[in-house]
Amino acid sequence: MSVGQRVTSDHQLARLLQIGVVLEEVVEARSTQHHREMDNDVDAELGALLRHAAEESADHRDRLEDLIGELDAESVSYEEIEALVEAQYGNTKPEDFDGVLYDQLCNEETAYKFYDDLIEAIEGSDSTFSVDRDRVLDTLRGIRAEEEEGVEEVTAIMERR
Amino acid sequence: MNTADQYLKAIYLVQETEDGPASTGAVADALDVSPASANEMIGKLEERDLAEHEKYKGVSLTDEGIVRAREALSNYCIIERFLANVLEVEEFRAEARSLEAVIDDTVAERLDTIIDRSSECPDCFDAETDACKYLAEVESENPAD
Repeated sequence: MSVGQRVTSDHQLARLLQIGVVLEEVVEARSTQHHREMDNDVDAELGALLRHAAEESADHRDRLEDLIGELDAESVSYEEIEALVEAQYGNTKPEDFDGVLYDQLCNEETAYKFYDDLIEAIEGSDSTFSVDRDRVLDTLRGIRAEEEEGVEEVTAIMERR
Repeated sequence: MNTADQYLKAIYLVQETEDGPASTGAVADALDVSPASANEMIGKLEERDLAEHEKYKGVSLTDEGIVRAREALSNYCIIERFLANVLEVEEFRAEARSLEAVIDDTVAERLDTIIDRSSECPDCFDAETDACKYLAEVESENPAD
């Protein structure tokens, strides 16, 4: 067992980026599912939030997949994760609009925390990777900033309601 | 999972295996750290009322420590199951050990929304095989080529 946060190999980095992709796919699939479930009576603000969350996650996934490809690893297909989300959705779906907002907040906060920890773990390591380290960090910091904005956006909507 | 939670989980599993207090040496071995490091962290856990250390006997978790250790073990099970079932990683034990320090509780909770975990968790975790017994059963039925 290793104690302490450090990313020390291409393999470990690729695996963590794969986990990032899956988290983004979970956000995208759950946002799409919430929207579908509430199709008839979802309000415009919540609908726009869910659409934006799904689009932003797809964009983050693309950026992570570029890095994974350079590390000579494979990503996890969206269809596979979408099927897993749908299979478990009945047990985990929010009951109302407040629940949807809370789920979105959890999505954004979780993603922010994941990228924050990953950045720290890469910064804490002096290992070299076959992909440019600064490019990895720039990509992750860019995504982290957007997740932070996402947390603020959902929090603002929750406070207004 | 932070360092304290990794220690709580390790102490919990050693206690379960030995059916009594965990020796500092066994905890250090489980975490691949020096006995001095293990002693230092056990001292910190004692200060936080999560563990009690008795000279010549070893360390035992308090009720609060057990609750935290079981949460940490559940999160570890989520990571193992996610690696084995979603990413289809054969060496899921070794990879879970190398990743657990970087995977936060909230991240494990999100990953939990796409895996199928028994309601018994974490009681179905087998310290001997370092995996959930159901995961180990599937593995022995379908050994890797």
